[in-house]
Formats: sequence, C-alpha cells, structure tokens
Amino acid sequence: MRTVVEQAAATAGGRVRFRDARIEMAHGAGGKASRRLIEGLIVPLLRGQGGDGSQAGKLAEPLADAAYLDVDGTRLAMTADSFVVRPLRFPGGSIGELAVNGTVNDLAVSAARPLALLLTLVIEEGLATETLEAEVRAIAEAARRAGVEVVGGDTKVVEHGKADGMYITTAGVGRVDPRARCAASEVRAGDQVLVSGPIGDHGITILLARGEIELEAELRSDTRSVYPLVAGLLAAARDGVRWMRDPTRGGVATALNELARDSRLGIVLREEQIPVREPVRGACELLGLDPLHIANEGQFLAVVAPAQAAAALAAVRSVPGGEAAVIIGEVRAEPARTVLAAASYGGTRVVDMLVGDPLPRIC
Amino acid sequence: MKYVDEFRDPKLIRQAAEEIRRLARPGRHYRIMEVCGGHTHAIYRFGLEGLLPDNLELIHGPGCPVCVLPMGRTDDGLALAELPEVIFTAFGDVMRVPGTKGSPLEHKARGAAIRMVYSPLDALKLAEAHPDRHVVFFAIGFETTAPSTALTLLRARELGIRNFSVFCNHVTIIPAIRAILDSPGMRLDAFVGPGHVSTVIGCRPYEFIAQDYGKPIVVSGFEPLDILQSLVMILRQLAAGRAEVENQYARVVPWEGNLPALRALEEVFELRPYFEWRGLGFISQSALKLRDAFAEWDSERRYTVPGIRVTDPKAAQCGEVLKGVLKPPQCKLFGRECTPERPVGALMVSSEGACAAYYHYVHRAAAAASLER
Amino acid sequence: MCLAIPGRIVELAQDRPQLATVEVAGVRRQVNVDLLRDDPLGPGDWVLIHVGFAMSRISEAGAEEQMRMLAMLGEDEQAMQEIEGYRFGPET
Repeated sequence: MRTVVEQAAATAGGRVRFRDARIEMAHGAGGKASRRLIEGLIVPLLRGQGGDGSQAGKLAEPLADAAYLDVDGTRLAMTADSFVVRPLRFPGGSIGELAVNGTVNDLAVSAARPLALLLTLVIEEGLATETLEAEVRAIAEAARRAGVEVVGGDTKVVEHGKADGMYITTAGVGRVDPRARCAASEVRAGDQVLVSGPIGDHGITILLARGEIELEAELRSDTRSVYPLVAGLLAAARDGVRWMRDPTRGGVATALNELARDSRLGIVLREEQIPVREPVRGACELLGLDPLHIANEGQFLAVVAPAQAAAALAAVRSVPGGEAAVIIGEVRAEPARTVLAAASYGGTRVVDMLVGDPLPRIC
Repeated sequence: MKYVDEFRDPKLIRQAAEEIRRLARPGRHYRIMEVCGGHTHAIYRFGLEGLLPDNLELIHGPGCPVCVLPMGRTDDGLALAELPEVIFTAFGDVMRVPGTKGSPLEHKARGAAIRMVYSPLDALKLAEAHPDRHVVFFAIGFETTAPSTALTLLRARELGIRNFSVFCNHVTIIPAIRAILDSPGMRLDAFVGPGHVSTVIGCRPYEFIAQDYGKPIVVSGFEPLDILQSLVMILRQLAAGRAEVENQYARVVPWEGNLPALRALEEVFELRPYFEWRGLGFISQSALKLRDAFAEWDSERRYTVPGIRVTDPKAAQCGEVLKGVLKPPQCKLFGRECTPERPVGALMVSSEGACAAYYHYVHRAAAAASLER
Repeated sequence: MCLAIPGRIVELAQDRPQLATVEVAGVRRQVNVDLLRDDPLGPGDWVLIHVGFAMSRISEAGAEEQMRMLAMLGEDEQAMQEIEGYRFGPET
C-alpha cells in the first residue's frame, strides 16, 4: 500500500529543477531565489493535478498575483498570501492590516473587486491575548476600510518558539472586471509605466522597527488597500490598462523584471522620476540599499497604453491617496527582457531583480 | 541630500563628460585604473562608462577587501562560527562570500550562530549582552575600516570585555598598488586613487607612484562628478606630461590623513610579515594583525583555526579580474556557472567586486548600447 | 571600504563625548566621533560616516570651491572656442 507521498511521486507530472539542498531565507525574499523555488519545484509538481478539468492549465500561465477561475461565465480571481513579519506591530500598521491589504491588493491588481477573505491564524503559545485581540481588531478595521468581508478561516496554536508570535494567511476572492484585459502578453512597446506613489516606505520601516540597526526616522508602513486607486484607473482607462502588479517583496525592480521576462520586452525607467521619500532615500544611502528592491504594501504599478496614459495618471491622482502617482518610464522593444534606469545626464544602468534578502552593504 | 545631490547635477555631468572627450587625444589609448572597488561600483551604478570616449579604458583594480581574501581565510572564520559558544559577526558584504562548505548565510541556514552587524561596536555590544557566549568579529577592510576595529578593541580593553575577539583580515592598499605597478605586462597610464582610505592615510603615501613610476594619481570622491572631475585632472596631467599626486576629494580628504586614526592603528595593530592576496599572491607587509598587548582579543590566538590554504577553482579567473588583466565578462564562468546567486568567487557577491558591478548594472550591456538617448 | 555617507551633526552626547547623533536626509543615527577628537565638532558640522564612525569633516568651503571648478569646465570650453575663432584658416 503506497503512502500518499509515494503515490504523489509516481503521478507527479513535472520535473523538479530545483537543486538547492536546503531552504534558505533568500527563497522567501521575493527575488530570484523565490522564483527558482516556485518555478523549479512547486509549480512543476502541482501542475495539472486534478479537478474536473474546467480549470486545467491555469497554473501553467505566467505567475501572476491571482489565479483566474471561470465559473459559469463569471470570471473570479482567487489569491492567497501569508504574512510573516517581525515585529508584529510597526509604525503605520501591524501584521493584521498587512494580511488584509496584501490580499485585497493582489485582487485589485488582478482587476478584481475584492469580495471576501478567509483568515488563518497560526498563533504561538504564550502570545498575550491582548496582542491577539489587537490584531483581530486591526483585521476587522482593515477589512471594513477595504470594503471586504472576512467570511471564515482557521486557527491553530503552535509551541512556543515556532511562530514569531503569529503567522497569518489570508485567501481572497474577487470578481474580475469583465472588460479588463490585464496580462503581460497585452503589453506593447511604447506603453507607459505608472506607480501610485513613493516606494520603499514599508520595507525600510520594518527594517528599522526590528531595532537591529540604530537608525531613527519618521517613517511609516504604507499599508493600505489600493483598490480605490485601481478602480479609478480602470474607470478612466480600462482598455488601455495592460498590466498591473503590487510590488511587495523584491520591490519595483523585481515586479518589472518579471514583466520584462514574461512579455519579452524591455523597460526603461527615468531615474529622476522614481518617487522616493527623503528618509527612505537617506536610509537606503546609509545602508547601501536600492529603493527599487524594497517591499511596498500600499502601492501598485500599472502599464498603460500611451494614448490613455495622461488620463490614467490624472484619474489615479484624483483619488484620495493617489496624489503622488507618477509615470516612471516606458516599455520598449529593446533591450528585450531587461529593465534599465536612465539618468537625465545620459548614464544608464541595468535594474536587476533582487538576489536573496536585501543585505545592507557596509563596504 | 547635501554633499551628494550637487555632485550628481546632470548639467555639470554632461559638461565634465564633454571636457573628457575634448581632452582625450584621438589616436591615443588611455588605460586608467580605478583602484577602489567602490569606484568601480559607482562607475557602473551611475552609467558613467557610457559617457566616456572609446579610447579611454577603465581598468578595475584590486581595491575590494572581501574579494582579495583567499577562500581559506573565510573557511577559518567559519570554522570559528561552528564552535558552540561562538557568535560569528561580520558586515553584510561578507555574508554571501563562498567558503569551501558554503557562505556564512548558508552556514546560518544550517544552524550556525551568525549575525550581521553594521559596525564593530555592534559586535562588542552583542558580547556585552551575551556574557555566556564568545563573539567573534570577522574584520575586513582596508585602512578606511581598520581604525574602527582598532577603536573597538581599545574600548573592549577599557571595559574589560573578555568574551569578544577579532579575526583580523585587514589589508593595506599601498602594497597592492605597488604589486600592480610591478606586474609584468601591466601597462597603465594613471590611477584614480582610493577616496576613503585616503581620509585615514592621507595623500603622501601615493607619492612613490608619481615619483618612482611616473604615473599621475588623483585621489577621488565617489559621486559621478567626483569621478569625472578626477578623469579630467588625470587627462590634463597626461597632456602636460606631468606626474603628480592630486587630491580631487579635498572637501573630505586631508592631505596629512587622520592622526587619531593612524595613532589607533599603530597602538593596536602591527604588520604581518606576509599575507596571501587573491590574484596578487603573497605580499610582504601588506596586512594587519593584533599586537601582543591585544592577544586576548585576537581570535587567532584565543582559538586555533585550520589555516588551510585553499586555491580557487581552476576555471575561475578571479585573480586576473582583480589585477585588471581581464574584464569580468571575459572570465569564462561569468554569468554562467558564476552568478550572484551561485557565486564561484567573492567578486560576484561583494558590493565592491567588479564582477558584481558588471552583473548587476552592465550584464546586458550590448543591448543597452542600442538604447536611444 | 568605500561606503561612506555625509551626515550633519545634530547633537553631541553630553555624558559620552565620543558619541554624536548625525542626520542623513531625515534619518538619525548615533556615531562614534573619536577619530575627530583633535578638531572638536558642534551641531551643524558635516562629517563623513563609515561603519558607525565619523571619519572626516566635510569642508563647506572645499565643496563650494569644487563646484566652482566644475561649473568652469564648460566656461573653459567656451573660452577655448573663442580663442580658436581668431585663427585664420579653413572653416570646419
């Protein structure tokens, strides 16, 4: 009698190309190593494993923020995300808010109106009830603000030392705008790249909140639902919105590199246009980090057809919270599969995908 | 940001680039070495190479303290990390450097107590906070960083903190420059001199380059305008047939260096008779070790390290890249077997390594050249 | 070796003379200023920071002088062109 594992091994369709002997922190950082793990091990083994055939082939598509399900003529988007953050509370938010906004945003950038969330809590033994209550209140408040309902979930407790206080997973479902057509394959040379606001706030806030580096700055996480901004964008430029993504772990650099790779096109950013708040810039300069590699939890990227770019920008800017939106670059045919940043004096450099965790450099 | 943004002024950058193109005489091929890895990094991060005329070639020097460390020394440090009482600390730059059995990050993944610090003082604080453990600080860097280690050791002694020691891999820049100048077949016209090392040692130590070897050297800052201005100053010297030490980075570098820093170095360190450098071989009087008075804080004397000499994999051409003989893409492993995720040598993962600079900023350079401005 | 950033001294620690708070683009950090003890610092002074230590003082005059020289690079070129204009010969 075979075990489930043996049976699975016998029927697994995909070939595992992931060769690392051990899982390291880098595999969860959102950059190249994460991609290798997902594409080299997880996707090959899960592809085409069952169901009634109606959703066959979904996992084969370029990895996006959400999966699309066609159910009796309605397109739904489904997504899940897990939240592992230390410390649990930080300037601007907490793990609970991240959990709600993160999933809401994944649905939003999939052009889906967020409808409902499922919530899983893995709680570390010994966590103060006060802390748990504060997080559940934060989740309720964030859900209310995002206009989404938490409809179910699960709770588990693990031994002391095994969950950094609390891990949260949220799964969300939303209804895709039937007229939207967002995918890497829709992107064309000449399209404009838009970002909803300043980058790097969240990642640097967390880094400083950990207290390992003794830097003080007036910084807050930017965690929020971007759905109102996305809705405004789609209303103004629907058929011109080619692609959207929320640049979380790995930052803007990673999200755009994935687009360049999936679309086989090039992207050129204007260095001076990239919006970065002063303290984020200061912290990045001090630590030798690139703001383009830092996680964001309240921003999104959109690629818009040139004819609609001005209207798109105006639309996002007119939504409260979108005032700082800006066009940061454009798509080009060459150099293919590459993201470049050009300075106004003519200097150009490649913007690479994040390798491992962003480690502050000293030297 | 003050003292940063002014030196990135686009109009002035274009002007400086124009001046360089005007000064570079057609028909002459200029070979200028930037010694410091920080300059290599800056040149590619700011896309400066693309602004230079074709007949001005930048040769990348060995000024990357992590890159020049032979793998055996990393192994020695990691051997200490495996000891149960030890907490191994080092700067972020060291974390991905490959040892024979993996990098510090990989050792950490397997359970070793390894922590990244931003200052040697943080390592000392860690020792204070964990009296039951022994904190080893894996010290790297040229003369820029050595005084910080020195002051930390003085403080450790002052406070009587005994569960702290330094595994010292500090190296000095002058012997490396001399080794480059003495390399057979190395033809260089001038040097862009290290900026931050010079805040400690001043400009005098470079005089032998101008006087004995007849090459101009301009000590340079790290912003785009600093580097471009230094190239202008070099080209002017070459045009006039001069060979002098000049200080472009005068707003920060004192000609005489930093006396308290030099005194601290003198008090805490002495020169090793010789030290092995990747690419340059064994160089005498080129590295620092702790004086006997600080034996108690010397990891190599508190513990025994394997001290096994490890040569680089045969196919790797790290040494040649470090000496400026090869450019990173000319190494057969570049971008293929050797990438920042799977590095064969330290040059691909150090923030000052030439290979890392090319890989991150220039990897698809041929394609970038087709970019319309 | 090379990552060093300019920062402005905001305050000196009263009880610990070797420490000072510096600010870089709105971010504050405590650094050790022992290496600059021969030339006492005060709030408003600018220093170069490396691995938690102030390595050198930044000279405002030095920076201004440098900016002047850089601005002149373009002027030199114009002056050269003027002089060249006085030569008699075929137009290029």
